[in-house]
Amino acid sequence: MASVTMTVNGKSVTADVDPRTLLAQFVREHLRLTGTHVGCDTSQCGACVVHVDGKAVKACTMLAVQADGCEVLTIEGLANGAELHPMQAAFREHHGLQCGYCTPGMIMTAVDMVNRLGSDLDEATIRHELEGNICRCTGYHNIVRAVETGAKAMTEGGARQAAE
Amino acid sequence: MTGTGIGAPVRRKEDQRFITGKGRYTDDLTRPGQAHAYFVRSPHAHAEIVKIDKAAAEAMPGVLAVLTGDDLAADNIGGLICGWMIHSKDGSPMKAGAHPALAQGKVRYVGDHVAVVVAETLAQARDAAEAVEVDYKLLPAIADTATARSSKVVVHDVAPDNTVYEWHLGDKDATEAAFKKAKHVTTLDITNNRLIPNPIETRAAIGEYDMGTDNYTLYTTSQNPHVARLVLSAFIGIAPENKLRVIAPDVGGGFGSKIFIYAEETVCVWASKKVGRPVKWTSDRTEAFLSDAHGRDHVTRAQLALDDNGKILALRAHTIANLGAYLSTFSSSVPTYLYAPLLSGQYDIPAIYAEVDGVYTNTAPVDAYRGAGRPEATFVVERLVEVAARELGMDPAKFRKKNYIKRFPHQTPVIMNYDVGDYGASLEKALEMADYKGFNKRKRESAKKGKLRGIGFSSYIEACGIAPSQAVGSLGAGVGLWESAEVRVNPTGSVEVLTGSHSHGQGHETTFAQLVSERLGVDINNVNIVHGDTDKVQFGMGTYGSRSGAVGMSAITRAIDKVIEKGKKVAAYAMEASDKDIEFADGKFSVAGTDKSMAFGEIALQAYIAHKFSGQDLEPGLKEGAFYDPTNFTFPAGVHICEVEIDPDTGVTTIERFTAVDDFGVVINPMIVEGQVHGGIAQGVGQALLENAVYDESGQLVTASYMDYAMPRADDLPSFDVGMTVTPCPSNPLGIKGCGEAGAIAAPPAVINAITNAVGHEDVPMPATPRAVWHAIHKGKAPMAAE
Repeated sequence: MASVTMTVNGKSVTADVDPRTLLAQFVREHLRLTGTHVGCDTSQCGACVVHVDGKAVKACTMLAVQADGCEVLTIEGLANGAELHPMQAAFREHHGLQCGYCTPGMIMTAVDMVNRLGSDLDEATIRHELEGNICRCTGYHNIVRAVETGAKAMTEGGARQAAE
Repeated sequence: MTGTGIGAPVRRKEDQRFITGKGRYTDDLTRPGQAHAYFVRSPHAHAEIVKIDKAAAEAMPGVLAVLTGDDLAADNIGGLICGWMIHSKDGSPMKAGAHPALAQGKVRYVGDHVAVVVAETLAQARDAAEAVEVDYKLLPAIADTATARSSKVVVHDVAPDNTVYEWHLGDKDATEAAFKKAKHVTTLDITNNRLIPNPIETRAAIGEYDMGTDNYTLYTTSQNPHVARLVLSAFIGIAPENKLRVIAPDVGGGFGSKIFIYAEETVCVWASKKVGRPVKWTSDRTEAFLSDAHGRDHVTRAQLALDDNGKILALRAHTIANLGAYLSTFSSSVPTYLYAPLLSGQYDIPAIYAEVDGVYTNTAPVDAYRGAGRPEATFVVERLVEVAARELGMDPAKFRKKNYIKRFPHQTPVIMNYDVGDYGASLEKALEMADYKGFNKRKRESAKKGKLRGIGFSSYIEACGIAPSQAVGSLGAGVGLWESAEVRVNPTGSVEVLTGSHSHGQGHETTFAQLVSERLGVDINNVNIVHGDTDKVQFGMGTYGSRSGAVGMSAITRAIDKVIEKGKKVAAYAMEASDKDIEFADGKFSVAGTDKSMAFGEIALQAYIAHKFSGQDLEPGLKEGAFYDPTNFTFPAGVHICEVEIDPDTGVTTIERFTAVDDFGVVINPMIVEGQVHGGIAQGVGQALLENAVYDESGQLVTASYMDYAMPRADDLPSFDVGMTVTPCPSNPLGIKGCGEAGAIAAPPAVINAITNAVGHEDVPMPATPRAVWHAIHKGKAPMAAE
């Protein structure tokens, strides 16, 4: 067994894990944060995307022990209490989800996309950036709309916060 | 229409939990004392099992049990079933080979279930599974659809020529006669490629046996939990129906693949009693590729007979349908009654004759996948029609219009009685939205860039709202296909709807609440939809075949009507009037001709406190149920137009425009319906351009991961232009036709018709990969040196 300590959604957690435990398994099975989903075995589908030290990572591709000492953000930690993150709100407003299974990974990827590329994202950029996230329900049409709107709302929200 | 009633694009109630990571899918559940199952699967397509040595695996750390087909047989657990009997044209019943949940004596496809290891942890179960020693005697395998019947390989002894059935439909003599007098015959050889459904949530199951009550619970990724319970109890014999509870919680997409009753959930329930612990199994993606029921896989020769005015006289088709190594739950019906009755398309065709040979191969079972038979039929009809128009030198839109059915009801020669439609209206709208007039200009612009441009049509029809129970019973179905609903009004006026439909992405919690809101005037936030639990909902047939609106919501409507009738009786006592004088509108019961009225919630309270009437005169309470059996199929139809640009140097096809105009009848929530169209088109475009399940000659599945099987990604697809026309369905109380499968049915021929239009000949396979299109473009030209 190996001991790991990390900060998940702002809370420090320490656990003894089998060294082969993936980060995705760790948050799902040890922390019971089941919003991070696993949809494949080959790091293609992106349902498991979380943020590690502020960057999008497929949690099925990283061992829990590799995240030792890191700051991890999962879908459960994205909203500010009862107030949805602008990207979450945009997915609901634009019907960017159907079965909901790929949705946490999509939203975490979209937030990372805005963090890296800014809020003025055109359709081609969004579609290209979503290459690592597979959705079988929506045909991506409404996901693209949601990311466009969510990106703008993130900047407006950020600007508002800065002004306050 | 109120702000949240029928027709309003209400934002979904279920989204809050999904966007915050609070969904509860089967794999998210952990039962106290839960153990983990891992299946030993056959690495061979066809082999005898000589011996299974479990000893080493049983001695591994954490292992609770290693179970095989012999253990199943010892416990008298029956095999998996196919619930739709098809008879061959000679009257003989289909040849169903035995389908044990764990193989007995023989394995028949790669991924077939050989043994299960149950251990304390998944890692221990997986490690021990590798230590199970299976001695196989390899047999030659057959994977190919077209040659399965002539192969020396015998998949099941009951079918020595690998033929499950030789089925037919239609009037052979009339069709032959029409072909004899035809001035023109269009002939196509068509392969409808095999697909793997791939919901992003893989299948999962937790079986749990309670020794204290002798009850079993199965948590599972099912589109129809009651049917799962029925099959597991009545046919497989795991537990009596009253001792088995099946719960299908949040389910992450189905597309048909979660209709069926599979080996894994059967084994989990059975094993939970053997080990005395809850047993959990979650498919990994490779297992999903290997063992989820696949879709399509037809090889067809089809012909269209025409007179010299371009009028269709007859259609005939001979199809070989690959059913895989075993008959899955509804597999037999898909290439027969869900296929050939749609071969009339939107057209007035006087004579049709179809022959279908179902074949066994050493491949995963094939069953219903989004559209199920109807995409295969539509591909045949819409390719034939497009090619016929080209051969006759007619505009494909005008050719279609000339042959459209224009009077309703219309009896086709292949069972279906189309109730209503206006195909010309959908075509006109689609032509305008797609700017068909501007196509030639755009083609010239593409040519200036050295690119090819093509446009293709698909005038699809489907039969949904499956289906009148008597009708499907007469065609061989083992079940009725009605739906149930119960509307429970609480004393405070809030409402719970228990439905036999199951939502796995369709948004029932919202649309069903919209119906209740519209009819009872209750705020949608005061309506809860309960589904997916056999202990809560009495019975239901589940969700597939675009039936939740047309059938499921019709059942809810009937139950609501009964609630209103009962409410009127309560209101009559409460307002001291005759119940004949009570009217109900806008959420209020009022006495006609007076200003006396009481709100729905007030009457609900009166019904439960029962102070204003005697229990002898009227039963207290406000709860009503209904079973709704449809009187006909519904017939959604529409026109999809695809416009592509192709780079002749690389063969890469880009979809420049995709226009869809659909007639779904009355729409409850246009936002959700458009989303269904988008998703369906994406799967249809996936079939046409990207997806293909490939078995090699030895029966190995070479496309068993997302690195090998091309799922549509965001940058493979355009945004879609979606429009609607409406002819309300006359055969159900809401006028709904259904929308779930339209895109997957319509899109493949639209895409292929566009590509063949661009390259100038018809020999383009699905999927039309860059390589295939490049070869199509350069067909007949000198091969390049590199080849």
